[in-house]
Amino acid sequence: MSEAVLYSLVVGATVGLAAGYLGSIMVLEKMALVGDALSHVALPGLALGVLLNFNPLIGGFAFLFISAVVIWYLGRVTKLSFETLVGATFTLALAIGILLFGNNLDALEEALFGDITAVGLAEAGAAVVISIVVISLTRLIYRKIVLGLISEELATSKGISVARTNLLYLLLVSLTVAIGIQITGTLLVGFLVVTPAAAAKTVSANLSRYFKLSAIFGAVSAVSGILLSRYFNILPGPLVVISGIAIFVVVIVIRWRMKLTS
Amino acid sequence: MAAADNNGDNFILQVSNLTVEISNQPIINNLDFKIKRGITLAIVGPNGAGKTTLFRALLNLVPYTGKIEWSGKIKIGYVPQILSVRDIPISVKEFLALKNESEEDMKAALTSVGLEGEAVLEKSLAILSGGQMRRVLIAWAIVDNPDVLLFDEPTSGVDVDSEEAIYGMLRKLTAKNEITLLLISHDLHIVREYSDYALALNKCIVFFGESPEVMNPETQKLIYGEPICKEYGEAHV
Repeated sequence: MSEAVLYSLVVGATVGLAAGYLGSIMVLEKMALVGDALSHVALPGLALGVLLNFNPLIGGFAFLFISAVVIWYLGRVTKLSFETLVGATFTLALAIGILLFGNNLDALEEALFGDITAVGLAEAGAAVVISIVVISLTRLIYRKIVLGLISEELATSKGISVARTNLLYLLLVSLTVAIGIQITGTLLVGFLVVTPAAAAKTVSANLSRYFKLSAIFGAVSAVSGILLSRYFNILPGPLVVISGIAIFVVVIVIRWRMKLTS
Repeated sequence: MAAADNNGDNFILQVSNLTVEISNQPIINNLDFKIKRGITLAIVGPNGAGKTTLFRALLNLVPYTGKIEWSGKIKIGYVPQILSVRDIPISVKEFLALKNESEEDMKAALTSVGLEGEAVLEKSLAILSGGQMRRVLIAWAIVDNPDVLLFDEPTSGVDVDSEEAIYGMLRKLTAKNEITLLLISHDLHIVREYSDYALALNKCIVFFGESPEVMNPETQKLIYGEPICKEYGEAHV
């Protein structure tokens, strides 16, 4: 196995794990489309990176980070849902991003669809470190978020700041989306935080199984998508999505058969 | 206003001149009452009278003016009226662990609400019946041994037989552990039967006293009848 393949698989596995784990909360929060829409906010940052000659992923993350803070703040002030606010900002970000890329269509294509072949040792190392940080911090706030979902009043009465927890969560989503863009691009990265969790929820009766399965499905989708892309020599993003959907379908069929036999 | 008991000073909660406004609308105005440790206080009144808002103020979840004094460091267990648990894949054990991770305490709490701890712990909340769910909620409220329980309509969505059973169990539980219970209820029979004191709210009208006294037909008519306050802020009865 070449180094390039190894690096891409390392990125796929770790980002898939982190995205699946984080996504399990997103699906519970009924914010599945937020992760998808939020990912497009990275586009202007990626474009600035290309235009000004710095790592586009840093630009993408900066835009995601700032947008997450702004969306969180607007949510608190206006009491509008995250979905509404993300919906309002992501199309604007998409438009600005496309304008900034201008005629640099190769770079735009890479931003939209990802380029796992560009991943080297530094990117793989960063993905591992960031994924570990994301998973560890998410573990810390998981119970708080679940309690907040069950009842915001209960969480507040136990001294949990639901708003601060939500902000940290949004920032973790931004980080994960930023590193996930390498694999699938901005257009498809939302998949990584939604579909694995949706599949896991279908066959889980408790939280522990749910978030573990979600993380595993995320990693398996990413790794198998990347391997298939090497085999067929095409972009990994769509194949990652197709692998994840295949897992989802298998899970649905298993559940259906279990119901039939019970 | 009369207090529940003015003999001695073993009051666990003293509320004076409590006023709560939400979006500039007065919800509770100059409310006074105090209760002793170990009693059950029912809070009654029509929709919009401020019952849940009172709980939220007692839990410091809404801004208010006036005084709410709990005696010393007390632990409060709160079960709100609406809990969104049906769509979350969470087991009874994981739910209880959000408050107390000791499995021994979980089993004890489940047993005291009439559920078989071992069998129920691994069940998903989504598959519990209404009555079982309410019992689990009560177990959830008591699993970390609180001094005070605040219950917002503890038996909503439960059939009449289960309702009586749940209140009977709550009565035993509060007596055994000397828990002070504050409960919001629309069921006047339950209030008469299971509470020591009642606080009847209807914005400008407040009755407070022993339950049979407060729950007489005249008071009920005043509380649940036509709006009687022409001007907000009339004197308490």
